Amino acid sequence: MTDDAPAIARAVGTGARTTPGDSPVGQPVKFYQVGSFAAGNRLLDEAHRSVQSTLGRTNSLTSGHRACQGCGEALGARYALDAAMRAAQGRMAVVNATGCLEVFSTPYPETSWQIPWLHSLFGNAPAVATGVAAAYRAKGRDDVRVVGQAGDGGTVDIGFGCLSGMFERNDDVLFICYDNEAYMNTGVQRSGATPPGARTATTEAIGREPGNPFGQGKDMPRLAMAHQIPYVATATVAELHDLEAKVEKAMSLRGARYIHLFVPCPLGWGSAPHDTIRLARLVKECGLFPVFEAEHGEVTSVSKIRRQVPVEDYLRLQTRYRHLFGSSEPGGSEGRPDIVERIQRIADANIRRLGLLDETLDEGPPPDGSGGGLSDRAAAGVL
Amino acid sequence: MLRQIEGSRAVAEVVSMCRPEVVCAYPISPQTHIIEAVGRKVKSGELAPCEFINVESEFAAMSVSIGASAAGARAYTATASQGLLFMIEAVFNAAGLGLPIVMTLANRAIGAPINIWNDHSDAMAVRDSGWVQLFAETNQDAADLHIQAFRLAEEVSLPVMVCMDGYVLTHAVERVDLPGQQEVDSFLPPYVPRQVLDPSEPVSIGAMVGPEAFEEVRYLAHVRQLQALELIPEVAGEFAEHFGRPAGGFVRPYRTEGAETIVVAMGSVLGTIKDTVDALREKGTAVGVLGITSFRPFPGAALRDGLAGAKRVVVVEKAFSIGFGGVLSTDVAMALTGLSIPVSTVVAGLGGRPIMGKSLAAVFVDADHGRLGELTFLDLRKDLIDKELARMADRRRSGPTAENVLRDAQSVLPSLT
Ligand SMILES: Cc1ncc(C[n+]2csc(CCOP(=O)(O)OP(=O)(O)O)c2C)c(N)n1
Ligand code: SF4
Ligand SMILES: [Mg+2]
Repeated sequence: MTDDAPAIARAVGTGARTTPGDSPVGQPVKFYQVGSFAAGNRLLDEAHRSVQSTLGRTNSLTSGHRACQGCGEALGARYALDAAMRAAQGRMAVVNATGCLEVFSTPYPETSWQIPWLHSLFGNAPAVATGVAAAYRAKGRDDVRVVGQAGDGGTVDIGFGCLSGMFERNDDVLFICYDNEAYMNTGVQRSGATPPGARTATTEAIGREPGNPFGQGKDMPRLAMAHQIPYVATATVAELHDLEAKVEKAMSLRGARYIHLFVPCPLGWGSAPHDTIRLARLVKECGLFPVFEAEHGEVTSVSKIRRQVPVEDYLRLQTRYRHLFGSSEPGGSEGRPDIVERIQRIADANIRRLGLLDETLDEGPPPDGSGGGLSDRAAAGVL
Repeated sequence: MLRQIEGSRAVAEVVSMCRPEVVCAYPISPQTHIIEAVGRKVKSGELAPCEFINVESEFAAMSVSIGASAAGARAYTATASQGLLFMIEAVFNAAGLGLPIVMTLANRAIGAPINIWNDHSDAMAVRDSGWVQLFAETNQDAADLHIQAFRLAEEVSLPVMVCMDGYVLTHAVERVDLPGQQEVDSFLPPYVPRQVLDPSEPVSIGAMVGPEAFEEVRYLAHVRQLQALELIPEVAGEFAEHFGRPAGGFVRPYRTEGAETIVVAMGSVLGTIKDTVDALREKGTAVGVLGITSFRPFPGAALRDGLAGAKRVVVVEKAFSIGFGGVLSTDVAMALTGLSIPVSTVVAGLGGRPIMGKSLAAVFVDADHGRLGELTFLDLRKDLIDKELARMADRRRSGPTAENVLRDAQSVLPSLT
């Protein structure tokens, strides 16, 4: 708890303490939270607190489902949908593609959805969502909002045709991709969103180029932007306020909207369940997953890296990258520093392209995973 | 009102009168005229409220229909052939979810070789999907069956496919008695769904079901087909009363009294068959016809009744199960279990091959004389088959069959009549 003091001091900007509920009106709040988001929430006025911290949250995906411990997707879905439910004033329906989220949430008696929810197939969620939206429109129920959702496979691969069609027609659907970078539900096979070097069951860590090959894969947020849709955003489960703000923003608009949410998967990545949030934070801080927003094809805001960390800090926490790092045991492998270097170059390129580093930013405590940063947008009170 | 109208247009007229709220389709011959005409009605505001959605594939078209239906809208789509196969996963899904979507299937062959002409391979490919499948004999039938389709679908909560022969019906201009809007309204009440995505009463639709309940859920789909089996004649009866003409039902007998040979078929070929039977009857051959309107659910009892007096049955069908034989005839034979009435299969009209009365007459006479084999391919050009088989026997790299046969067909054509 002692760690909290400097964080709170930074939060109020002046070093003076505020009582819970106070809000530093008119000045950007920048603070690192320690341990839980509740601390951060108490520093904001009620209107700016996270949906998750309110008693009135829907619990769209409620407890009792069978996701693995530390599942980023389960967390992300509840965060995103609860925020969407608040924005839609409870009038919302969700269409879910086949995948972990669908499978762990529905079999009786673990059925966990507390909102109207429809699952049809793996590859058609965007089109089904279009149909739901069309039905509401025909019935004069424009007040009921529609969210479609899928894993990365259901989004960038098998559902891509339907998603692109939904975007191109600018149908009134918010589509959320829960990106855990592989086909998890079928046992961790490679998808078009699997990063280079990562081991999956179909890109084993063997051969000259162990893991997933370089030079492949789809940059889905940018593909979404190319459709010129009203809103595209990326987010991670590490930054709740930022995610909620983006969902809320998306819900304030009509037409096709897309949120690409980074959700660590302890089972598929070989990471500790307690590292889910840490990984989601590190992936942004190292530059591998740029967090930004775009409107009508133009980037409108980027979430700056507070202090850059080498990709190695992020990679080392996951056994899917274990083959890249040598072992200290006698006769152990030397690892593949060349591949780590290539991954670093990808991060560097992202940072350059989106200007993710900003020298003028305050320096906070190192993002070692024990603390966390609100994005600048959220921190500036644009919640 | 009587009108000279293209089959597709007639279907578009009645579909619009059924007031679909979401129409979503992807173009494929020979379905295009139907959706173009419905689209025009939506765009002009004549059909409202209705959302007409142009999608990127048939898979999306059926998926949009699924979403729309689950959200409580009356949903309509149309397709054919490759389009039906492209959406097949969603076709099964719609039935599994019990969503009362109505779809026109403008029957067309399935490739390869790609072929846009009529046969029933597409409908047969999804016969086990759980959809109700009704076959139209004429354009009047096609129009009338669509009105019944929405009634049936919504009452039993199952999707219904109205099959009409591509080109033969879809593109044929003939006289059709089109109903008025009020007549349709008083026959077809607004859609009241059994399950709906409603924020005021949240439900999960499409949950995963394991071995503990899957068989039961599947069985209930079968039960709903059996309910449709009861409902089909009821709806047909009501329709006749309401619109003043018969349509729908299970089967339609034609000159079966005293017939020793009864020909069974579905769709527009029944017209040619009836003409042939008329001619044969005049010459004293005791042939009759039993047309099937409802293929799924399969009206086994009605068939058994209709065929019980025959000495033999000939099933003329526009599809076959490669490596086995007839599809429809297998079902017919099942319906006749224990009656020792032999069933012959005549595969005809594949890929749009014209079904000639002369050829049918020869087959029916053969049947009448007890000479017809179990499986006959009508007007099959044995010369072409033999040539390709010889080529294949001659060398390993005999080349693409379709191209070979086509070349032979063109070069041999003048010498044949
Ligand atoms: C047409 C079809 N192909 C394959 C599958 C098998 N399948 C089900 S879920 C899934 C992977 C899902 O991956 P993703 O969309 O990334 O979601 P995740 O499970 O990782 O959350 C696969 C391959 C299927 N259900 N349907
Ligand atoms: S495999 Fe991954 S995505 Fe699936 S439930 Fe487990 S942690 Fe979540
Ligand atoms: Mg995935």
